[in-house]
Amino acid sequence: MLISLQRKDRASLEPAQGSFSHHRQHGLRIDGRRTTELRKIRSITSTLSQADGSAYLEHGNTKILAAVYGPREVRSKTNIIHERCYINVEFSMAPFSTTERRRRAKTDKRMLEIAQFVKQSFEPVVLTQIYPRSQVDIYLQILQHDGGILEACINATTLALMDAGVAMEDYVCACTAGWIDKEPALDLNSVEEAQDTSEMTVALLPKSGKIALLQMEARLHVDKLEEVLQLASDGCRQIHTVLDRTIRDRAEDLAHKMPSSS
Amino acid sequence: MKEPMWRQKSFYQKNRSGSVFKVIREHYLRDDIGCGIETCKRCKQTEAPLSATPNINKLYPLPHFLIDLMEKPQISNVIVLQTVLEEVRNLSVPIYRRVRDIIADKDRKFFVFSNEHHPETYIEKLHKEIANDRNDRAIRVATKWYAKHVSDIKPNVSVVLVSDDAMNRQKAVADGIQATSFKTYIEALDNNELLDMVADHTDLQDRERLTYEEHLKPLELSAGVKSGRFYQGKLSISQHNYLEGSIYTKVDGKETTVLILGRKHLNRSMDGDTVVVELLPKSEWRSTPTGVVVDEEEEMKEEKDLEGKSAGEDKDAEMKEASKESQSEEEEASGDTPSPTAKVIGVIRRSWRHYCGFIDKQSVKTPPGSTAPTNVYFWAMDKRIPKIGFRTRQAHSLIGRRIIVAIDMWPKTSMYPLGHFVRVLGDAGDKETETEVLLLEHGVPFQEFTPKVLSFLPPEGDKWVVRPEHFAGREDFRDLNICSIDPPGCTDIDDALHVKPLDNGNYEVGVHIADVTFFVKPGNAMDEQAANRGTTVYLVNKRIDMLPSLLGTNLCSLRSDVERLAFSCIWELDQDANIVRVRFTKSVIASKASFTYEEAQMRIDDERQQDDLTKGIRVLNQLAKKLRQKRMDAGALTLASPEVRFSLERDTQDPVDVEMKELKETNALVEEFMLLANISVARKIYEKFPDSAMLRCHPRPPDTNFEKLEKAVARLGFTIDHSNSKTLSESLDKMEMPEEPYFNKLVRIMTTRCMMQATYFSSGMLPHQEFRHYGLATDIYTHFTSPIRRYSDVMVHRQLHAAINSDIMYGDELTDKETMGKLCDVLNYRHRMAQQAARSSVELYTHLFFKNKVSEEEGFVIRVLKNAFIVLIPKYGIESIVYATTKGQQKQGDQAQHGEQQILMYSQENDSLQSTEPRADDAAPKHQIQLFQKVVVQISIDDDLKGGGEGGMRSKLKMQLVKPLIEGLSVASVEVATGSGSGSSSSTADHKETPLEALEHAGTTDRPEKRGAASQQRGTKSKKLKA
Repeated sequence: MLISLQRKDRASLEPAQGSFSHHRQHGLRIDGRRTTELRKIRSITSTLSQADGSAYLEHGNTKILAAVYGPREVRSKTNIIHERCYINVEFSMAPFSTTERRRRAKTDKRMLEIAQFVKQSFEPVVLTQIYPRSQVDIYLQILQHDGGILEACINATTLALMDAGVAMEDYVCACTAGWIDKEPALDLNSVEEAQDTSEMTVALLPKSGKIALLQMEARLHVDKLEEVLQLASDGCRQIHTVLDRTIRDRAEDLAHKMPSSS
Repeated sequence: MKEPMWRQKSFYQKNRSGSVFKVIREHYLRDDIGCGIETCKRCKQTEAPLSATPNINKLYPLPHFLIDLMEKPQISNVIVLQTVLEEVRNLSVPIYRRVRDIIADKDRKFFVFSNEHHPETYIEKLHKEIANDRNDRAIRVATKWYAKHVSDIKPNVSVVLVSDDAMNRQKAVADGIQATSFKTYIEALDNNELLDMVADHTDLQDRERLTYEEHLKPLELSAGVKSGRFYQGKLSISQHNYLEGSIYTKVDGKETTVLILGRKHLNRSMDGDTVVVELLPKSEWRSTPTGVVVDEEEEMKEEKDLEGKSAGEDKDAEMKEASKESQSEEEEASGDTPSPTAKVIGVIRRSWRHYCGFIDKQSVKTPPGSTAPTNVYFWAMDKRIPKIGFRTRQAHSLIGRRIIVAIDMWPKTSMYPLGHFVRVLGDAGDKETETEVLLLEHGVPFQEFTPKVLSFLPPEGDKWVVRPEHFAGREDFRDLNICSIDPPGCTDIDDALHVKPLDNGNYEVGVHIADVTFFVKPGNAMDEQAANRGTTVYLVNKRIDMLPSLLGTNLCSLRSDVERLAFSCIWELDQDANIVRVRFTKSVIASKASFTYEEAQMRIDDERQQDDLTKGIRVLNQLAKKLRQKRMDAGALTLASPEVRFSLERDTQDPVDVEMKELKETNALVEEFMLLANISVARKIYEKFPDSAMLRCHPRPPDTNFEKLEKAVARLGFTIDHSNSKTLSESLDKMEMPEEPYFNKLVRIMTTRCMMQATYFSSGMLPHQEFRHYGLATDIYTHFTSPIRRYSDVMVHRQLHAAINSDIMYGDELTDKETMGKLCDVLNYRHRMAQQAARSSVELYTHLFFKNKVSEEEGFVIRVLKNAFIVLIPKYGIESIVYATTKGQQKQGDQAQHGEQQILMYSQENDSLQSTEPRADDAAPKHQIQLFQKVVVQISIDDDLKGGGEGGMRSKLKMQLVKPLIEGLSVASVEVATGSGSGSSSSTADHKETPLEALEHAGTTDRPEKRGAASQQRGTKSKKLKA
């Protein structure tokens, strides 16, 4: 479990935009959702044929591609861990992913941090000890950015790892929730994030209910924490059903293609 | 959510640096949006405010000015479309807020239909369709849907589209939708009052053919400002002349005041508008900004011309004349560098609001009793506002009353802005009405506290007592000899003091401040209300509380002999009043006594009193003197402003006497310790919240502020060294004239007016060097000591609590410098307005006091203008203009007699007015009026300059010269019976100002102030005060 609480400084990853005013209108949020509703999620697996496992995921307008290579032999000897496998995560954003095109340096601290978050959320969930002295590479690329990058990263990684057949304890489902205009709201988009919102990302293992990651960079009154956490956890469970459906569909599809086992 | 319910919106947007980019937003349609009609079974209703048997349902694409109308309760059962609401928000945020308020009011039955998210009313933008047309179409589509929907469930109810957009109406009718304009709709209701509120300007516009210059387009303006060709600024109009405006802007890299003179150049802009100007050629620049007092008479004249059948040419001539007039005055201007003049070429943002005022009686042309619509003119109470034309059916019932009018537009063909009637406040001259007027004019929120706000009071009400659980985290100071010292009759005691000798010869001194934040929790309705009010407003006859009185005057008030929660600041001071250490703690105290300043003073002076409390006060007094001396040595200023207090008659609340306030040593005692507490607290919270501490600064006044005063005193052989506050303070001390004891105070009053305004700020917003408080000569300062009546202190309490107790939970409100900065802006604004309202209230009562009497008083000339001078009467703290022309004198005389004659001419060389008789070059003029000269004037109230006839529409203090005797100008001295005979003055309303506070008042510095206001209950003694 990883808890990260730090000062908010996400400027470097924010989509460029003018100032919108976005009060909540008559019970509906700026895009027409209610506070407890997720954005539309679409996902497919095995989108890339070169990778061992891959997934494409949309959280509303946030679009992400994940590719998994491995488990395979460790590339660099220094990374060898004798009793388990080494997980390597690389995160990048397409220059065209935000409204203003911008190429980002590989060393962008915020991007390295996101990669680190993903790595740390999955290390305890992947059954690393059954792949000793090997390496799993996870490549994540944001194609379009509309808020909630970290949740998208984690969900896409879950799908890609499963697609690659990497053994895992459980799904890892992530979701954000924040506090807007005196109410908790689920799954913030970039407009909602851009306000000075207290936003929390939660990654949950739905079977055990364990929290794999809890990340928040703004201040939130402690009395409200429970409520926001609850909402985010509910979101994670909803996401779980979506991801599970995707995986099952893919499995059925594969089963059809298998030469009949009889 | 199903696929067809998901849409994308894309549009283009320009960012701050000017580049254009595409924005994509998700847009979800949903099937759970109800129609809002009570009995509708087909919709999934979340709320259904619309009654099922309404007279009519309507949809409003509202043009912005109809908001006044919408606020009338007669209009109900309204469907407001989301599209419309969003358009309103883009047009004007304040109006949007008002619409939201109406919608929130359940009784009004307003319903917002989220048509943009309803699958059947959502429409895509067509190819090449502009946003406006799309929105109009969306409105029609939604109306049509409603019409059909309603007819399905209730065939006898109809939906009407009410719109003032003729094109849209036409298309709607073509689509088979019932549509009507606002005017027709209201006419059908047959209600004169409502009808008046629908602006109809066709008449007024056509009548006048005069034209102002067209304003430039926004694009041209912004391009011009960017390229440096034009200048942008906020227009401020002179209090003395509504045709003289100025903006403060950077010209050639230097901050300068740019003058805009005359109706033509002002070009329909008004006070507070953000305007863009173009400089006039240097030949038309003018060197002294002030000087001319345009009298109301001139306006009368203009108006006459206007009223007459005079055709357009006349008017043009008039305008030319007006501008020529102002230019000719420039020529006689005094040397120096001329300041630039300019003309307005565009208005970026209007500051139009509601104006309180009255109808110009002479503009009412219809026979009495007539209810035919007629065009009338309206004068705002604010002298900087030009008169406003509007159309009404109830002109006669409005005469002699205070009314509210809003401006709708100012077309270039109209000499004056056009508006509409909003409501009647009451009869002119009535104290209640006039007080409401001045509260409204200063934007003071004075409504009763709502039940929601009151619900956050402790449920025990006045039975609330300190219970054992309250001691958690508090120190028990109940045994200490704590007392409070306040003005007589004070009920909201927010500070108390104690002193205790220590074994090492030092003293422990404690300042205990009411623990308001124990009751007012962040973010609840009471807190929000208090934040919005910002401060308690003290008027002569009443007090507008910031907090409900249960808290202010009871539970928080540190009254004697009851246990109260406090926030304490405890110092150890050595014999020389140096701080050895300081600590802060929440506490429980039980004040042993609450003294008035007088009682405390008597105890200090009375040798026989040797009890602990009295001894304590003596020690405090000694320490306070030392503290004061230290402050003076550091360069703190002692300034002054004329302050008065009124004695009000018990029942009628009529003022029966006015007197200057006097101060006792004990005032200074309390004040010194409050200052000390504020400074100590400021350091502490700045340490904990370097980015967001709420502090108060007082900037050093710019040198230019002193120019005039320097010149004036130089003639008398004095110099003012204002390089820093210490030298200023020393030079002020030196300015004594043995023959005129009041002179020193006079200079101090005038110095006060050179000062800058002290303001709240968030410490992250200014560099550390600018934290200084000039007037108090301290490097950091805040307000901590009056949380009952100032919201800033409430915030400081919260920050201090967080600073001393790391377990305290707090959110953004204390740490975000932006939020804090915004709050500071609000508080500064409220503070300024509260001061102005208080001053207006004093003015109102001064006028009431002088009404129907004529008195003669000594006064001093404090300012010389071109054709007039301003006299200050120390006895009453009032000032007014004395005209140096016959014109000013013969106001009541024959209007036709316009032979204005200048009796005294302005002489530039010594800034004086001199008589114009022929004389030898070196001979002194026979009469001369100079700055600081002592004169005797006759004071009376000049009622009704505008209304024509009785009614006291805008009363004005009139002063006429008695001594020195100048033929043609002075009036004969009359023996006046000073009419304050009715001795039964029991209620004294303190208009509360100590000299310290005077600083604040004059907009300058601030000391910890505390003021009392009159309590309104008859018979009770008035309130408190303190600085």
